[in-house]
Amino acid sequence: MHCLFLYLGTGVQIYDRTSVLHVMVKKGQVTGVETDKGQIECQYFVNCAGQWAYELGLSNEEPVSIPLHACEHFYLLTRPLETPLQSNTPTVVDADGRIYIRNWQGGILSGGFEKNPKPIFTEGKNQLEIQNLQEDWDHFEPLLSSLLRRMPELETLEIMKLVNCPETFTPDMRCIMGESPAVQGYYVLVGMNSAGLSFAGGAGRYLAEWMVHGYPSESIWELDLKRFGALQSSRTFLRHRVMEVMPLLYDLKVPRWDFQTGRQLRTSPLYDRLDAQGARWMEKHGFERPKYFVPPDKDLLALEQSKTFYKPDWFDIVESEVKCCKEAVCVIDMSSFTKFEITSTGDQALEILQYLFSNDLDVPVGHIVHTGMLNEGGGYENDCSIARLSKRSFFMISPTDQQVHCWAWLKKHMPEDSNLLLEDVTWKYTALNLIGPRAVDVLSELSYAPMTPDHFPSLFCKEMSVGYANGIRVMSMTHTGEPGFMLYIPIEYALHVYNEVMSVGQKYGIRNAGYYALRSLRIEKFFAFWGQDLNTLTTPLECGRESRVKLDKGMDFIGRDALLQQKQNGVYKRLTMFILDDHDTDLDLWPWWGEPIYRNGQYAGKTTSSAYSYTLERHVCLGFVHNFSEDTGEEQVVTADFINRGEYEIDIAGHRFQAKAKLYPVTSLFTHKRRKDDVELSDLHGK
Amino acid sequence: MSSTLPFWILNSARNSIATLQGGRRLYSRCASNRNKSRWRLFSQGPGTLKSSAPCSGFALQKAYRHTSTEEDDFHLQLSPEQVNEVLRAGESAHKILDLVRGAPNSVLRFESNQLAANSPVEDRRGVASCLQTSGLMFGIFDGHGGHACAQAVSERLFYYVAVSLMSQQTLERMEGAMESMKPLMPILQWLKHPGDSIYKDVTSVHLDHLRVYWQELLDLHMEMGLNIKEALMYSFQRLDSDISLEVQAPLEDEMTRNLSLQVAFSGATACMAHVDGVHLHVANAGDCRAILGVQEDNGMWSCLPLTRDHNAWNQAELSRLKREHPESEDRTVIVDNRLLGVLMPCRAFGDVQLKWSKELQRSVLERGFDTEALNIYQFTPPHYHTPPYLTAEPEVTYHRLRPQDKFLVLASDGLWDVLDNEGVVRLVVEHLAEASRHKPDLAQRPANLGLMQSLLQQRRAQVLRAADQNAATRLIRHAIGSNEYGEMEPERLTAMLTLPEDLARMYRDDITVTVVYFNSDSIDAYYKGG
Repeated sequence: MHCLFLYLGTGVQIYDRTSVLHVMVKKGQVTGVETDKGQIECQYFVNCAGQWAYELGLSNEEPVSIPLHACEHFYLLTRPLETPLQSNTPTVVDADGRIYIRNWQGGILSGGFEKNPKPIFTEGKNQLEIQNLQEDWDHFEPLLSSLLRRMPELETLEIMKLVNCPETFTPDMRCIMGESPAVQGYYVLVGMNSAGLSFAGGAGRYLAEWMVHGYPSESIWELDLKRFGALQSSRTFLRHRVMEVMPLLYDLKVPRWDFQTGRQLRTSPLYDRLDAQGARWMEKHGFERPKYFVPPDKDLLALEQSKTFYKPDWFDIVESEVKCCKEAVCVIDMSSFTKFEITSTGDQALEILQYLFSNDLDVPVGHIVHTGMLNEGGGYENDCSIARLSKRSFFMISPTDQQVHCWAWLKKHMPEDSNLLLEDVTWKYTALNLIGPRAVDVLSELSYAPMTPDHFPSLFCKEMSVGYANGIRVMSMTHTGEPGFMLYIPIEYALHVYNEVMSVGQKYGIRNAGYYALRSLRIEKFFAFWGQDLNTLTTPLECGRESRVKLDKGMDFIGRDALLQQKQNGVYKRLTMFILDDHDTDLDLWPWWGEPIYRNGQYAGKTTSSAYSYTLERHVCLGFVHNFSEDTGEEQVVTADFINRGEYEIDIAGHRFQAKAKLYPVTSLFTHKRRKDDVELSDLHGK
Repeated sequence: MSSTLPFWILNSARNSIATLQGGRRLYSRCASNRNKSRWRLFSQGPGTLKSSAPCSGFALQKAYRHTSTEEDDFHLQLSPEQVNEVLRAGESAHKILDLVRGAPNSVLRFESNQLAANSPVEDRRGVASCLQTSGLMFGIFDGHGGHACAQAVSERLFYYVAVSLMSQQTLERMEGAMESMKPLMPILQWLKHPGDSIYKDVTSVHLDHLRVYWQELLDLHMEMGLNIKEALMYSFQRLDSDISLEVQAPLEDEMTRNLSLQVAFSGATACMAHVDGVHLHVANAGDCRAILGVQEDNGMWSCLPLTRDHNAWNQAELSRLKREHPESEDRTVIVDNRLLGVLMPCRAFGDVQLKWSKELQRSVLERGFDTEALNIYQFTPPHYHTPPYLTAEPEVTYHRLRPQDKFLVLASDGLWDVLDNEGVVRLVVEHLAEASRHKPDLAQRPANLGLMQSLLQQRRAQVLRAADQNAATRLIRHAIGSNEYGEMEPERLTAMLTLPEDLARMYRDDITVTVVYFNSDSIDAYYKGG
């Protein structure tokens, strides 16, 4: 059933009618494949078993979770037209009718992605025996009707066959490729969401590069197997999710769209409490996170009507949350962040972290360091904040979807040492972000501890009591550049601390806020985010973060050589912040991400994220500016001067808007704050 | 005109209640007016309606009709959607996917439904597969004098059967697990309707008795366990005797004691089928019924009854009763077509009033039960000389399934009172035909896309029209909505469904139906494969 491709030095050998029983693994490394015809030794194994990839992955002793699920897929074959179609007849896609049509031996081949998909093989391969793969004309009727509505002439075409050929779908409509986080040499290339034919060439190339060089030539985190974990592998979850994914293939995909199925899997202990206060949710890595809070008197549009590329209906709601963050204090539940603890008996933890992370972590106990976890090319594998809890233990906070990837990276690079302990403590803590100038008042009232900058400078971490609860990890950072604190609360205290914060905060005007407010605050302060702005091919130097790299400390770390070279040669792209000038927020289409950037009328790159800044009353976009040679198109060095001397436009759906480029946050608004931060940062490094 | 019918039924029903209440004063021992149909207090009450009587009931009661403006304004009309909703509330359907030793199960799927007339409903149903042996079990349990007995039998009977079928080795493993306080391996897998009252896990007392039973089976030293027929016979009688003994034994816990009293003093008839490959066994005690729908090679449908109702219309039962009691009682054992003039079925679980000696009944009840509160229905019928008069011994039928056997219908007497066997087969066949009509027929497949489209659109319209996806629902719909000529009358259906809770029982009985479809292919394969 599974075809097996083996590179045998001299060439490729294909074994037909050979089924893989399981993959043999020794010490976390693929050593061979056990088939029904015997064993085959190999160094690399690629699971490209399509809809059986899930089961094949699970057949391993150390299972490889590959979340995908098949749906029945129907297409129609007809006899040739009177004048047979030519082989150069284009493929027609009618997304409104949910169908595609193409030439097939002079007749047509037409199928589609219906609104009511039929998931299949939920129970696994055995289901195949129950002769389920039949044509289902009744099910196909809406697609047939839309074919004949679009092309009435085809009415007289003779039917040849209705084919039922299941296709595989993934939880996020993107294919799955890359190396398994647990087994080295175990690669995956599956879940093509019915686009296998068109993706095959590119996907094959990236995977080949991945296997040969250890990484593909483009950043394809969006397709990486490690964006999923075992948590997305429930059959029920997959069955429900693919029923939503398949129709989406031909639906209009609007920005900030959230899947409606397979929700409420991972939640904070405060979920019900926040939900009752009007929270609207989005999901990342299975975790529910509040987007914003709908006030009791406000009505939002129904889900279908809320789909838009223009100003969304939550605009005013988020505005008031942002305002409250600026003027009073807001609380955001940020429990979804990935949290690891690294401890050792001696200096092992510090030593390995110094090697794995680009910033200097040998800081006094209680300090927090923003640092990248870089690859050999100097690109960001992860961007995180690390707090030094004690001489020998560190607390690491990474983006939510880093849970599998970062763990695998650390495991891969950490020596086998029983004195060095890595623990995933994500589930142990509820994280509350208190943002705003009055956060300090709320906390000091709840802890009876002095919270002034003298006692609690920026980027500090202290364990203290909040209300009755002791041992709360309080960190003076907010991930936004605004004043405030992150509270890491052992989950059993979460409700207590939240209640205390809300009741004490009342007199300071506290309110709940969500991630959309956070995003607006973060982007207007030019805080780039891993997974959106940063990826494995962007280096700290390319986004103005040289101060977060210990290049001058004479210490080795992964990516150091590449960065040194880049420092010498200059960078070829530069993360830049754009402020749209002549954009009408109410009437014009909004920028979301991926809009082309034009410099002096020349294409210079694409935006990576954007948000409306309620402070600047302008849209802010982040994006990388390249310097393509006008003659050859070759990439050239980008300097600050190059950025500053350009005239910029952002193209939103064909309409170009003037934009001001900035390499640093808009200082006039934050002069005071920034200077203080700089002092702290230099303090930190100058010790 | 349609809107007048409901009030009409309502009013007539109210009149009959008045008569009944008048009658009740004379017989104050009658604890509840719920027990009208099966249990009847001697033969005097003029208004006691048999469940099969609604048609004549209408005519009879018409004279009593009185109108008040107030009631004419009282609208009870349901929309067709609401009617469907009411009818479908008890639906359940399962596709049987498990393979038996690599071959598809001989049971393809089953569809079941239940419509209550009593409040709460006194019928119970159960479907379970035996996990330690093979086979599927389907049961219908029709309670009377309360639901306690039917509930208990529906919870426990399958366990007794499953244990009876176990091999010596399995029983030893079970006993071993109990002795070493280890968890028991699962005996049954229930396939329940979500609304079915929750089967309490075998309570410890029940488990103790089940264990005593399997210990006795162990002592028999039979390698392979009982054969299915014996297993069914023993299980029925054993459970009935356990029910009877449990209330006699001193029980500490008042709850358990009251419950076992209610179980013993109420009754339930039972009909269950055990299907294992081509072997179909049906065990029946009482007046539930099981019939087989058979399609002959020439395409004609016929009905094969697998049970005989145990009631006064069954000559064999009459002779059995006469044989079991002295000649002097020949005239008193069945009075007015009822056992001792009170009970319609002449086999049932529970009903110790007709099983125990008067002395035993008195001594048990004198132990200080609050019979009034427990709704215990205590009395001694006249001519009660040589108990027991009632037995739970089932009649077991064996049928070897053939490819022409297409479905099995099990139903409580609420259905059979109004539909005959042939009518039921006809309705299920119609249902099958309708369901298959929208399957594309490859042979007659339209040749071009346009024709195919119009055919598909026609069929879609048809599916929207076809009311019931579930054959059991269809049977119930026809049972209560058909007039005396067997035609569907929507008004009548609506009227029957809008009867107030306390009146519904006057016009219809609880109806429970399970339709089991067989997989002719796999039966065929069984014969071919040897």
